[in-house]
Amino acid sequence: MQNDSESAQRAVRVITMDVIVAALIFALGALVVYDSNRLGSSWDENGPQAGYFPFYTGLLVCISSAVVFVQGVLKLKSDVKVFVRQDQFRQVLVILLPSAAYVLGVQLIGIYVPSAAFIGLFMKIAGKYSWLRSAAVSVSVSVIAFLMFEVWFKIPLPKGPFEHLIGY
Amino acid sequence: MEELNALLHGFTVALTPFNLGLMFVGIILGVIIGVLPGLGGANGVAILLPLTFTMPPSSAIIMLSCIYWGALFGGAITSVLFNIPGEPWSVATTFDGYPMAQQGRAGEALTGAFTSSFVGALVAVLVFTFLAPLIANFALQFGPPEFFSVYLLTFCSFVGTGKGNPFKIIASMMLGFAMAGVGIDIVTGQLRLTFGFTELLSGFHFLVAVIGLFGIGEILLSMEEGLSFSGHSARINPRIVFQTWARLPHYWATSIRSCVIGCWMGIIPGGATPASFMSYGVARKMSRDGDRFGTGQLEGVVAPETAAHAAGTSALLPMITLGIPGSPTAAVLLGGLMIWGLQPGPLLFVEQKDFVWGLIASMYLGNIAGLIVVLTTVPLFAAILRVPFPIIAPVIVVICAIGAYTVKNNMLDVWMMVVFGVVGYTFKKLEYPLAPMVLALVLGDAAESSFRQSMLISQGSLSVFWANWLVGSLTTLALVLLFWPVISRLLARLRASGRGEVIRQRAVD
Repeated sequence: MQNDSESAQRAVRVITMDVIVAALIFALGALVVYDSNRLGSSWDENGPQAGYFPFYTGLLVCISSAVVFVQGVLKLKSDVKVFVRQDQFRQVLVILLPSAAYVLGVQLIGIYVPSAAFIGLFMKIAGKYSWLRSAAVSVSVSVIAFLMFEVWFKIPLPKGPFEHLIGY
Repeated sequence: MEELNALLHGFTVALTPFNLGLMFVGIILGVIIGVLPGLGGANGVAILLPLTFTMPPSSAIIMLSCIYWGALFGGAITSVLFNIPGEPWSVATTFDGYPMAQQGRAGEALTGAFTSSFVGALVAVLVFTFLAPLIANFALQFGPPEFFSVYLLTFCSFVGTGKGNPFKIIASMMLGFAMAGVGIDIVTGQLRLTFGFTELLSGFHFLVAVIGLFGIGEILLSMEEGLSFSGHSARINPRIVFQTWARLPHYWATSIRSCVIGCWMGIIPGGATPASFMSYGVARKMSRDGDRFGTGQLEGVVAPETAAHAAGTSALLPMITLGIPGSPTAAVLLGGLMIWGLQPGPLLFVEQKDFVWGLIASMYLGNIAGLIVVLTTVPLFAAILRVPFPIIAPVIVVICAIGAYTVKNNMLDVWMMVVFGVVGYTFKKLEYPLAPMVLALVLGDAAESSFRQSMLISQGSLSVFWANWLVGSLTTLALVLLFWPVISRLLARLRASGRGEVIRQRAVD
């Protein structure tokens, strides 16, 4: 995502992202048009076919994103507004990557243990809290969530070996 | 008078101890959602929706709508004390609210904000009470073409009233429609846009999209700023409240204007955010103290708050009467209705009288409860705001993950939420509006089936959308709104050339 604009700090410009995102949206629109065509986007003896409506939505996605793309390309040289600076992007990754790891953890061993670990580690590493405070906050959030969902409202959340151990 | 009887009956539905308790719980949860970054009306309600599945529908909607009122109130707290709008519709409140807090008049600003929110909501509920049955009655005669033209009007008005690049609005909206199309086609039973992935059979659920786009997206945005809160403390005592109340009647003209703007922008899906800006702008233009706006004028707090709350409330009007939500939060509430087995639309007023009038009664009661709660507990909520971001951020991610999972007990949805989070972050920074996408995702199926049915009626001819004066005028109005960016530019050019002539004449004189 980094771009080679030679300012004091490396940054991605809005207009660059605009063009990239418009291209991606166009690709999605094309995918919709393609699949609607496969299903049939016209009429048969029963009336409109399955792809009739999506075909036109896909087409409109393509047209509108194409316009945004062209508008972007025309301003590609002149527009210098910053989309994200490198240090900002790093901050975003500081929460995004652990969140993704957390979701993976939930998938593997249930929700309560990864939740505690995620909150605790994030507080410790990103927030520089003491182990004691991190552990206290993270464990109590998990316990409250457990009581609220499993015990009071009887809404089952993903569970793993630890939850089985305590009889759930 | 029939409405009054029905309303009295509604109060008997809403005024049970259980429902009153839910009201207060809902308001408090709503205010918390409103003050926390990353949680807002739409995704807050989305996350808490599963908790209401076991309740009777009227209790559930009472609690959820109270969460919504709470979030509307809560946004003002962060704007005034921290200069951080907790909700997009309270951005305009920061303009005068925060300067007032800096001058040590936070209590006055908050009292003004809460009271005018209350007034705005009350007016909107009154409008709702008397207009909703009429609209519902009228809409009973609607057929598929009429419904489709109303959908068309809804979506076109995003283009007509939205700021920013109209093509981005359309792209975002149509992506929403495309996502709504994923899964089994209800008419033919064919699989659409699943590309062989069985996980995609049931399609994208809009609650997951809402939680990701608004919740995770907002957290990513906030992280970028490396958030450090520095807020002003506020204490509201009865003396300040009464002093402020004594001053508020002076701004009656601003209040009325803001109510009108708010109700109008809420019913057409403009939403609370543009309503608050528009109302602030109009108040600045019309007020005697207009030049001093932005320096801490109470009037500058009254205007946007009144309009935002009026719009937020009246957004429920088209949702209940036509099944068309006026805002993302109303869309989530609509999703809730469908999950409880209630079909929003004109028939609701005939078939579910208890539910509808219970809801309307709870709007009156909920806003009174809300005003009491927020006036008495501001210091508490200000304290929540001082919880540092390194604690709040992961906790909100966890809450969002739980919310996304409980929608369908499906892990894939949690992954989707993360993806939607990145999309929400990118779209917000590139000024693609998220509301049209969410509304399209919610209404996609209904819009498509009404379109298909209309096409079947007319055997494929678009003339069915001009078949009678009603559907014709709706469709025409929709098209005018769709092309409004072009029309307004032409008008501006005409006017500019006209003015040029006037100036020339004056120069001659």
